[in-house]
Amino acid sequence: MIDFSLSPAVEKNRALLHAVADGTMRPISREYDEREHEKPTEWLNMMWEASKDMVSFGEGKQKKGADRKAEATERHPSERTIRSAVLIEELSWGDVGLYLSIPHPALGGAAVAAAGTPEQKERFLSRFRDGEPKWGAMAITEPGCGSDSAALTTTAVRDGDQWVINGTKIFCTSGLMAAEKSEGFVVVWATLDKSAGRAGIKAFVVNHHTPGMTVAKVEDKMGIRASDTAMLVFEDCRIPLDNILGQAEVKQSTAGFKGVMATFDATRPLVAASAIGVARAAVDYVRETLAAEGISIRYTTPPTKLTTLERDFMEMEANLQAARLLTWRAAWMLDQGIQNNLEASMAKAKAGSMVTQVTQKAVELLGPLGYSRKILLEKWMRDAKISDIYEGTQQINLLIIARRILGYSSQELN
Amino acid sequence: MLGFQPDDEQQLIRDTVAEFAREQLRPLAHDADESGLCPPSVVRQAWDLGLVQSTIPEAYGGVGAESSAVTGSLICEELAWGDLALALHILSPQLVTCPVIMLGTPEQKAQILSCYAGPHFTAGTAAVMEPRFDFDLNALTTTAERHHGAFVLNGTKCFVPLAAAATHLLVYARGDKGIAAFLLPQDTPGLSIGEREKNMGLKAVATYELRLDHCRVPASSQLQGDIQPVLNRSRVALSALAVGVARAAYEYAREYAKERTAFGTAIAQKQAIAFMLAEMATEIDAARLLVWEAAWKIDTGGDATREACLAKNYAANMVLTVTDNAVQTLGGHGYIRDHPVELWLRNGRGFATFEGLAII
Repeated sequence: MIDFSLSPAVEKNRALLHAVADGTMRPISREYDEREHEKPTEWLNMMWEASKDMVSFGEGKQKKGADRKAEATERHPSERTIRSAVLIEELSWGDVGLYLSIPHPALGGAAVAAAGTPEQKERFLSRFRDGEPKWGAMAITEPGCGSDSAALTTTAVRDGDQWVINGTKIFCTSGLMAAEKSEGFVVVWATLDKSAGRAGIKAFVVNHHTPGMTVAKVEDKMGIRASDTAMLVFEDCRIPLDNILGQAEVKQSTAGFKGVMATFDATRPLVAASAIGVARAAVDYVRETLAAEGISIRYTTPPTKLTTLERDFMEMEANLQAARLLTWRAAWMLDQGIQNNLEASMAKAKAGSMVTQVTQKAVELLGPLGYSRKILLEKWMRDAKISDIYEGTQQINLLIIARRILGYSSQELN
Repeated sequence: MLGFQPDDEQQLIRDTVAEFAREQLRPLAHDADESGLCPPSVVRQAWDLGLVQSTIPEAYGGVGAESSAVTGSLICEELAWGDLALALHILSPQLVTCPVIMLGTPEQKAQILSCYAGPHFTAGTAAVMEPRFDFDLNALTTTAERHHGAFVLNGTKCFVPLAAAATHLLVYARGDKGIAAFLLPQDTPGLSIGEREKNMGLKAVATYELRLDHCRVPASSQLQGDIQPVLNRSRVALSALAVGVARAAYEYAREYAKERTAFGTAIAQKQAIAFMLAEMATEIDAARLLVWEAAWKIDTGGDATREACLAKNYAANMVLTVTDNAVQTLGGHGYIRDHPVELWLRNGRGFATFEGLAII
């Protein structure tokens, strides 16, 4: 069935989250952009209480082969990812930096949910059900490698009943909160055997306040300033043997690496949804500003007879909706248990470039108003740019799309 | 609730039309473009698929199937993947039947629809566009003036497919309350059909300029009611056709890039080509989803004007970029008419201009 309506339950959630975004995020949005590295503690506590069972982003798990099919046909398909995408759009419409700073298992939690044993899931994820606010984080990127995560140099060496981790990680979202400011955890990617390439790379859960893990720096950024981005240094950081996600053996196969990479199929549509929220904020603002000046968009007029303003605005609207539909499709596929690697990358690539263009155009269209910090448009443009970079840059996603449509391996197209 | 898969019946129709496009239309596309002829045999075969007759109510000899815009957009994409010009020829009777089904009075339906429900293809058409650089549906220069209980039409139209053979022509004109449409039989006095047009693309479908010189038509020939839903169905049809043309070009370029080698590897293994193909694939999907959403909105009874216009503009831009990139992927070979990509670029260029050439 081709249908573009959201279920009443999702619509209800959306309305609720929109009220939260409008009523509690927008009023403090500028303040925590200006006061970088400070936390809206009261708001975070409120979100911790309210959102514990609300936003379950990143916990989607892709079933394999027959299981996936059986599950899809046996029971009513889930709408968990669609729901998350819609809610994340609303929160990001409110303020994407604040949204990213919400106490949550986040990407670290996604990795545990995807690759952890039932015991590990209980040990690491149950803490998010109660107590004080907590954060999860994921540490992949290093000073010397980003998109090429197979080139990472952080090492894990077995010593008796412990793993010893050494290395430096950067660009770790909520790394400060997860490592030092709460009882959270950080999922660290490290290699057991550099000579084994991808097959040697494993993910390890490092608990908060583990000796040997330090936050060396919290980055100053162009946008999303309400969210902390940390550099984590690991010096002989010892963790229990059963904190490894997946198998400890280094096999010639890269199944383990691919398993962790598969979590991106679940998270990319949600990062795209976040980009869509930011773009919608800008499009809404421009529309309202034009409407206040008595300018309405003449949709049925041929593009060659429209004003540049109308033409640009219609293009923004169409691009926004195109990205949203690609995102919903990728999310829907995940909920149906359909492999969505190609579609997730399409959604992310489109949403990342779309939000960058849309917010930059919005600043241009509103002239001196757009450039002023009196209104939030310039902030949204700064916030937007990261969407085209994190969770796989525009170019990495194009590479994934290209491999998929051409049927090439990473050796054949690199 | 959200869904991105055609239902079983839609999928069956889509598969059937896709097979027809692959087996019948595509092999004819090159020669039809070169000769400017649409072979009667393929028109007959297409007629036997029942695409036009299916939505005509049973009372008028049709099948009476629900006239779903979503199903229509699936059909349009597949036909245009085969060949756009042949698709426009095959679908042209709908330019009359669809608006009459939507807005026609019982008398108009009885008089018109049964003509298009018979065992043989019957040409019908619509005259929408006008030969002006600033053509605008909202500001038609063809006028319809009331005169003693009738209407007098004056003006010049262009890009009227199959005008010379059409049993009925639906002529769009500016009336006293905006856009109005009138059903004219071929032999209406004051209606004159000019020479067949020579266009950059769409060579296999005969299009004509026509003149309306104090062309007097009875009031009963006017379609009543809001014309905007008719135009929206046309916008969605054109957008879906654009997606089909783009997909044809993209698939051809993709396969070529995997075969063609340069500097020791397939050119598809170079990021410059691979990324272009990745963007083409993404934009085609994006446009298709916008088209489906507009079509879905039509089917669920909402005002789809905004969605249909956005989809149309998006698809028109997309098809131009994609077909241009397809030619670029083939390099010099793309410029040679032995390969179909230049044909798709010529056909794709038209979508920003086309209005009212197809409807679902």
